[in-house]
Amino acid sequence: MNNINNIPSTSPAASDVPRRTIDIVNASLKRRYARERRFRRLGAFAVALGLSFVVLLFSDIVSKGYTAFAQTYIQLPLNLSAEVIDPSGSREPATLAAANYTKLIRDALRQQFPDLTERQALRRLYALVSVGAGDLVREQVVAEPALIGTTTELWVLADDDIDMLVKGNIDRTAAPEDRRVSDETIGWVTQLEQQGRVAKRFNTIFLTHGTSREPELAGIAGALMGSFYTLLLTLLLSFPIGVGAALYLEEFAPKNRWTDLIEVNINNLAAVPSIVFGLLGLAVFIGFFGIPRSTPLVAALVMTIMTLPTIIIASRVALKSVPPSIREAALGVGASALQTQFHHVLPLALPGMLTGAIIGMARALGESAPLLMIGMIAFIVDIPSGFTDSATVLPVQIFLWADSPERAFVERTSAAIIVLLAFLFLMNLAAVLLRRKFERRW
Amino acid sequence: MHTWTLILLLLAVMALAYHLGIKRAITRVGGLKQINHLHSLPTYYGLYAALWAGIPALLLLGLWLGFQDHFITTLVTAQLPPDLVAAQSAGQIDLILNDIKNLATGNIVSATVTPEIQAAADQFARFEQLSTQAQWLAVLALALGGASFAWWRTEPQMRARNRVESVFLVIMVIFSSLAILTTLGIVLSVLFESLRFFELISPLEFFLGTNWSPQIALRADQVGATGAFGAIPLFTGTLMVSLIAMVVAVPIGLMSAIYLSEYASRTVRAFAKPIIEVLAGIPTVVYGFFAALTVAPVIRELGATVGLEVASESALAAGLVMGVMIIPFISSLADDVINAVPQALRDGSYALGATQSETVRLVVIPAALPGIVGGILLAVSRAIGETMIVVMAAGMAANLTANPLDSVTTVTVQIVTLLTGDQEFDSAKTLAAFALGLTLFVVTLALNVLALSIVRKYREQYQ
Repeated sequence: MNNINNIPSTSPAASDVPRRTIDIVNASLKRRYARERRFRRLGAFAVALGLSFVVLLFSDIVSKGYTAFAQTYIQLPLNLSAEVIDPSGSREPATLAAANYTKLIRDALRQQFPDLTERQALRRLYALVSVGAGDLVREQVVAEPALIGTTTELWVLADDDIDMLVKGNIDRTAAPEDRRVSDETIGWVTQLEQQGRVAKRFNTIFLTHGTSREPELAGIAGALMGSFYTLLLTLLLSFPIGVGAALYLEEFAPKNRWTDLIEVNINNLAAVPSIVFGLLGLAVFIGFFGIPRSTPLVAALVMTIMTLPTIIIASRVALKSVPPSIREAALGVGASALQTQFHHVLPLALPGMLTGAIIGMARALGESAPLLMIGMIAFIVDIPSGFTDSATVLPVQIFLWADSPERAFVERTSAAIIVLLAFLFLMNLAAVLLRRKFERRW
Repeated sequence: MHTWTLILLLLAVMALAYHLGIKRAITRVGGLKQINHLHSLPTYYGLYAALWAGIPALLLLGLWLGFQDHFITTLVTAQLPPDLVAAQSAGQIDLILNDIKNLATGNIVSATVTPEIQAAADQFARFEQLSTQAQWLAVLALALGGASFAWWRTEPQMRARNRVESVFLVIMVIFSSLAILTTLGIVLSVLFESLRFFELISPLEFFLGTNWSPQIALRADQVGATGAFGAIPLFTGTLMVSLIAMVVAVPIGLMSAIYLSEYASRTVRAFAKPIIEVLAGIPTVVYGFFAALTVAPVIRELGATVGLEVASESALAAGLVMGVMIIPFISSLADDVINAVPQALRDGSYALGATQSETVRLVVIPAALPGIVGGILLAVSRAIGETMIVVMAAGMAANLTANPLDSVTTVTVQIVTLLTGDQEFDSAKTLAAFALGLTLFVVTLALNVLALSIVRKYREQYQ
């Protein structure tokens, strides 16, 4: 009886006094507490690691991309002589649009550096400004014909290499063969900078133009409009279908094999890799039904199928949260089953359904893999103006730019990502606010 | 834009029918005073008319748009001069048809325009115009016919509400069956193309071959004309990237879930959990950009400093970033199952003198294990199906290697590469993408079903 606590000692050198459990426990406590602390620290470390990934990701993207919202311009005194632009003096838009503005810019550049006469050197000098600079000057002149005949200081769009140089992304002290810009060009830019002729201004081109092979002329407006049309159509298709399906499954469906099958299907579709939906779109929508490739229409169909499970699941949760007393009261005063649903249950569940729809749309906005399959990676400069125009979407535009070798595209890709993340943030914020405002506790 | 105008017009007809339906019902019953003799509320008579006007016409329009192209193409093909078609393969006939269509719509034509093709294109354009005119006529006639049918049927005894409601119910049944149609569409489309692929390449070679180089011959007598379609390197590449991702995501995700649910104070949890879940909302293309432009160069430089040769598109970079993407997935699933473990189990463990970490390790985790395993399986299926990160950060070269610093390629990368170039629809190269897609679909489906059944079984235990 008295040896209950008498556990055989582990080492023969231990004292002869029989050890009690409490002693063993006490002896191990230090080790166990150390272990406890280690475990706890490990957990805290994992959380910190997770948080730091978020910070790292965002700071990396933002630090790479924020400079793209400014763009380098060179101020040049352009001699907008009437003989070159509008020799007939008619001031007709067609004549103004046809004039050679690039030549005017080149003349102004040569004026700045009168010593240069050699053709090769001049060509390098002309490369200071963007190939699209002439078009931008034309737009200014067409908008303001009074400028014709005057010599005006105009801000002319600089080439992307110059832009990178001015922003400090090209190291001026590096060995000449390691950088894209020659010593000669750096000399010219420095001279222009000293004259105060180089400035960074807000980059409106990035927000108003379609894509381009030239980084300084590339913008996200085309991709944004493509995303807009795609999302609009996706919402128009998937919200009614999702709500209808959820209503049926939650409120009307009998419990049988067919509805079980539907439920299993919906849950599985939510986990199918998105690229498989692209294959479906390619084989069925494009291959079988002959819907034109690269259009917001076919993209929206694929996105609808992809987001439908999300919306159905969220809508069912919203319907479940409406208490049965509402239904019973409506049925009690003589409403039909459908009237009960459409007049009473649905309005109460709508905020939850909308929240689900917004989250589904946010997913669709960021999705790109299935769209690669259905031709959204075509190089499309024009800004789409309808559901059947060729278009690309913002994430795919990011994918395409990320492939471009120019340094200036890295900056623009990051900036496009910032815009994309901003939209996603706004959508999620809207979902959260909607939930806060309309969430009811019954 | 023709079709959109027609749809708008159709909506206008429906609105008109709605109004007339209401008017008609009230007139038939004998004015507003007698309105209580109507079987249903007047709006239901309006809806009844609008549905009769809209649904048949919309169905016809949908069918028309779906099959018009096939129909016209068949007609034009049948009328092509026999000497043009004779001795041509199906692919070449497709090319000719493409030219005809491009010519008819005013696009750029690849071949020289012969008179036969010009004639066919003219005919194609004529057919198309004819079809559009007939479509407008038929659709509008059907809409008006439907509306007048409703007008004629409207009488006070008609059970308009019941009819309208049953139509709505049918529509809802159709909507909810779309999920099945989608699955069916995926299976059928991918299956048929895959079967055609397996007619060209034996399944044995596809699943067991170790050489992947999907070239197609430009000439029939070219050396190595068939290309090699052994998908083992793709499978191992996919597995390696997913494994790296899991090695990153499982410990971090699991430990942070444990910390946040067992240790962290309410405020820390309320702050840290949503921030970690932000990682789940970031588009994958952003991760791909991050992997390719930030992580990959860092890894290469690190490798260079210790004297290791790292490929510029290494499996490691893609796997690491994919792991980061999957962290919130694992942590929120694990969080759910850990919170579902009854407090009584923990209290019992504490009462026996266990420390908190011992309770977690020896009681909570074993109790939550099925759910955690289910979550990890779901995450694996996520990793296998992930596309953008590997397309941007892993390579194209199908290396059969176990070295994570090497460049590998994955199933999803190959699907994208095979399908984004310009190639004919029937080549083995294009069909191979569908065979890969089928494999991907089957594997992820199996993983999901397994994971969901494990999770569900477990949830029932503690309820």
